[in-house]
Amino acid sequence: MSKKETKLNLKSNWDLAPSLESTSHVKLKNKYDLFIGGKWVKPSSGKYFDTINPATEEKLASIANGNKKDVDLAVKAARKAYDTTWSKLSGKERGKYIFRIARIMQEKAKELAVVETLDGGKPIRESRDIDIPLAANHFFYYAGWADKLDYAFPNRNPKSLGVAGQITPWNFPLLMAAWKIAPALACGNTVVLKPAETTSLTTLLLAEIIEEAGLPAGVVNIVTGAGDTGAEIVNHSGIDKIAFTGSTGVGKIIQNAIAGTDKKITLELGGKAANIVFEDAPLDQAVEGIVNGIFFNQGHVCCAGSRLLVQESVYDIVLRKLKDRMESLIVGNPIDKNTDIGAINSKSQLDTINHYIKLGKEEGAEIYQPEGKLDKKGYWCKPTLFTGVAQSNRIVQEEIFGPVLAIQTFRTIEEAITKANNTPYGLSAGVWTDKGSKIFNMTSQLRAGIVWANTFNKFDPTSPFGGYKESGFGREGGLHGLEAYLSFEN
Amino acid sequence: MKDFKIITVDQVGIGDRVSRITKRSVKNEAKIHGLRMALNMIDLTTLEGADTINKVKQLCYKGMHLHDAYPDLPTVAAICVYPNFVGLAKEQLKGSGINVASVATAFPSGNSSLEVKITDTKMAIDAGADEVDMVISRGKFHQGEYNYVFDEIAKIKETCGKNVRLKTILETGELGSLDNIRRASDIAMHAGSDFIKTSTGKISPAATLPVTLVMLEAIKDYYYETGIQIGMKPAGGISNSKLALQYLMLVKETLGDKWLTNQWFRFGASSLANDLLMQLEKQRSGNYQSKDYFSKD
Repeated sequence: MSKKETKLNLKSNWDLAPSLESTSHVKLKNKYDLFIGGKWVKPSSGKYFDTINPATEEKLASIANGNKKDVDLAVKAARKAYDTTWSKLSGKERGKYIFRIARIMQEKAKELAVVETLDGGKPIRESRDIDIPLAANHFFYYAGWADKLDYAFPNRNPKSLGVAGQITPWNFPLLMAAWKIAPALACGNTVVLKPAETTSLTTLLLAEIIEEAGLPAGVVNIVTGAGDTGAEIVNHSGIDKIAFTGSTGVGKIIQNAIAGTDKKITLELGGKAANIVFEDAPLDQAVEGIVNGIFFNQGHVCCAGSRLLVQESVYDIVLRKLKDRMESLIVGNPIDKNTDIGAINSKSQLDTINHYIKLGKEEGAEIYQPEGKLDKKGYWCKPTLFTGVAQSNRIVQEEIFGPVLAIQTFRTIEEAITKANNTPYGLSAGVWTDKGSKIFNMTSQLRAGIVWANTFNKFDPTSPFGGYKESGFGREGGLHGLEAYLSFEN
Repeated sequence: MKDFKIITVDQVGIGDRVSRITKRSVKNEAKIHGLRMALNMIDLTTLEGADTINKVKQLCYKGMHLHDAYPDLPTVAAICVYPNFVGLAKEQLKGSGINVASVATAFPSGNSSLEVKITDTKMAIDAGADEVDMVISRGKFHQGEYNYVFDEIAKIKETCGKNVRLKTILETGELGSLDNIRRASDIAMHAGSDFIKTSTGKISPAATLPVTLVMLEAIKDYYYETGIQIGMKPAGGISNSKLALQYLMLVKETLGDKWLTNQWFRFGASSLANDLLMQLEKQRSGNYQSKDYFSKD
């Protein structure tokens, strides 16, 4: 049979009309102060910084810039709350407070979703269906553990640590706050938390929820600010435990800073995950998993499947299917319910991504981006593929933290494992095959904290999350997540 | 199939993709466009033991005059009946541009000899059918006799000839797994079907979004492999506009514009039309009208 010219027209003429999520129910304040000791406190410096909507570059609100004095105040408030109330409460009572937080979050889910999208640029589809429900679920889950710690760790006499200093990233602001606050409270600790400076709003709304839930003053304190504010938390002598999620670079600085102290620490850092597709995989679903692995949240995901390893026998077909699928991805206004890829979180992150795209081209890799125009205002990046790359390419080695996928091929299982493990990181990996035995073989050999089989980027409060190697240590989520907030001395 | 590759389907992954599609929000002008398109893709169907001359006549009139109160409405794509009503339908629809489709091959079970099936098909074609909807032998398929299934489809297509389009019903509700549905789709396309169709409407579940997605992906792979375009027809259980638009969204994002016409996509449905009409009127007037403003034939 002679082969006819085949081309699909996936950029359809049937365009979807704008379908914007309503924002009228959201009432943001012009100015947000620090939440310390159960009160909203002005920053001692009197300084505020702007938080903007990365899709429009318009200012949303002013955020207090906390400094050393403010952090000190917060740590003291947390210590007082720990000594006088929280550590003395029974687990059952702590659990009640945490359940209350979870329920109020559910009631305000729509508001939280809209603010998360406005402040961070992620599509409303994701904040509505993933970030917010999952954050509430973390509180529900850990509320249930609060009075069962002795059963979670039988004969180990679990005890709370004291004051936890927590620093969260800008990619999943509310969700990361939930990952950190929920287990800390369930275990009887009090908290000083600093959200990332570009995305403080939902954490501040969470502080309002915590206030509404009636938690004793000082149990949760929120100090907003940039990296130097975070450093004050890390270096404060009144902190018993540091929990940090962010870049590997900063993670190393933190580890240096606390060397010689008795602070406990968990770090959840960068990644460069291999998503491995075998020839016997359900290819169309693998393509969906590849898309979900790298384009979810604009690729601002530490466990993103940013390296695609495809068995060479199906390389052409996978690449074609992937390109076809990318044609129907909608890049644009995050508040539109049909948007698949929203705005890049900040100007500086967009610069980083563009730097790597330029680097990839300079390294001689072949680039593919679907056609389409991007808005002039706001920070945008098209979904991007790089083919013709090797392990030696920097775009294969380094974390880009954007919607940029590097694609390589392999021939055998051994080669796939070698390449997958050949990275300083070890946060996650994905395996796509129809064969169960191959999955188990792979999962036991991949040096990654999370391995997904025939799916990618699936999260659940009951499941531990954390890295190998330079992706960090300690686990968040599940039973393991409790351990990071407890001591087991007799 | 061709390159010695086995194509597997992951049910969870299909579910994930479908849930992404069903969250697409189709509004305003996009919705009107979609609703009109869906109307024009309907194979308006009556396949009852109780079908009568007047029932078929009334259905034909409905197909041509969906809702005269609304200007410039498209007609349905085809009227689908049993072979013994093909002649009547053909006569009723004369000059309307609406095709007559006929089920054949011992519909709906397909449990008969090849001879009887060919005769059944011939009867429909001789009476003037433009399209034939055949059923595959699901029993043979489950026995692993794929060649039998293939040959049967090829024979029926031979009977149809070039001018009569063959829609092959897989009866996906009886196939048991998405892997089987994919395999049956491949067999049907390679054997010469012009369309692949989910269901007879006599078995539950009939058409579903996941099943349709599997079949659309099979069509896409076949198109890339051979350059031949195959049509798709989900049938049964699609009775409201929201669902119809979700099907069209699935087509749009899987196969694109080339398939968004009634030459390549059909809905087998008996009650969908009125819901589409009601939604169109809602878009026009801003209010939902009583169901009794729309004729029930």
